[in-house]
Amino acid sequence: MKARVIVTLKNGVLDPQGKAIEGALRSLEVEGVSSVRQGKIFDIELETTDRARAEAMLKTACEKLLANLVVENYRVEIL
Amino acid sequence: MNAAVLLFPGLNRETDAMRALQQATGKKPNLVWHADHDLPAGTDLVLVPGGFSYGDYLRCGAIAGRANIMDAVRKHAERGGLVIGICNGFQILCESGLLPGVLMRNRDLRFICKMQNLKVERADTSFTQSYQQGQIIKVCIAHGEGNYVCDDETLKRLEGEGRVAFRYCDDKGVVGGLANPNGSRNDIAGIYSDKLNVLGMMPHPENLIDPLIGGIDGRGLFDSMAQFKSAA
Repeated sequence: MKARVIVTLKNGVLDPQGKAIEGALRSLEVEGVSSVRQGKIFDIELETTDRARAEAMLKTACEKLLANLVVENYRVEIL
Repeated sequence: MNAAVLLFPGLNRETDAMRALQQATGKKPNLVWHADHDLPAGTDLVLVPGGFSYGDYLRCGAIAGRANIMDAVRKHAERGGLVIGICNGFQILCESGLLPGVLMRNRDLRFICKMQNLKVERADTSFTQSYQQGQIIKVCIAHGEGNYVCDDETLKRLEGEGRVAFRYCDDKGVVGGLANPNGSRNDIAGIYSDKLNVLGMMPHPENLIDPLIGGIDGRGLFDSMAQFKSAA
């Protein structure tokens, strides 16, 4: 079973990297970009085939390590 | 005063930290490997040095903050033992939950390596008793992720409980503005735990202990810790 975990910064947390990318897009004349926030994607292969177990395990993985809940949110997608 | 210095793969300031501790205490600190489960018996102070643990992968300090030895460090802190994290060590203490908040990328995205003035916010803790309250000390900073961030409630609590240890200032002691190198909230350079026995700070006092290399303003921190009377 494959899963994808997406970690993004919470709203309101300053993201200087996103801002720099936003500025770069503007200087490349890519039009219509009003804001960019950078995040992380983890593609994870799981041994289990049980969806509920996979979701519980990934929640633990996010809360223990993959996301810092002080500044980040996470989302799990079972593929 | 018995000190232990933690070693994670990718740290590079442990020798500097050990030299500074030995100068202040007269005793060679123990070097403790991250995969160990226990601190040496009789440890009074744990120092988490700077560097780039695990190559700063995932987030600075994230992987080291969950290492085996950190459980022992948490227990040591609960017993009232001293813990100090410097630079990557501060990031590790935040990731491990020993200190609140997180260190984010510097406001201007640059790695900053320079001399920096700090204001000593209080001189009545085990880490600062050899300084004067309000004293301006000149140490160095060397970090890419030193921008201290926490939520409003945490910030209010830190300020209200006197848990800001050091703030960035200029050579006249004026805090903030251009003197803030990285965008940290409230110009915070270092914070204490609620019992004031855990300190995390981005600047490097361990590199300012010898007049040959730029000054001795870092000595006060190590001299203060050397007077610690042992954990319960």
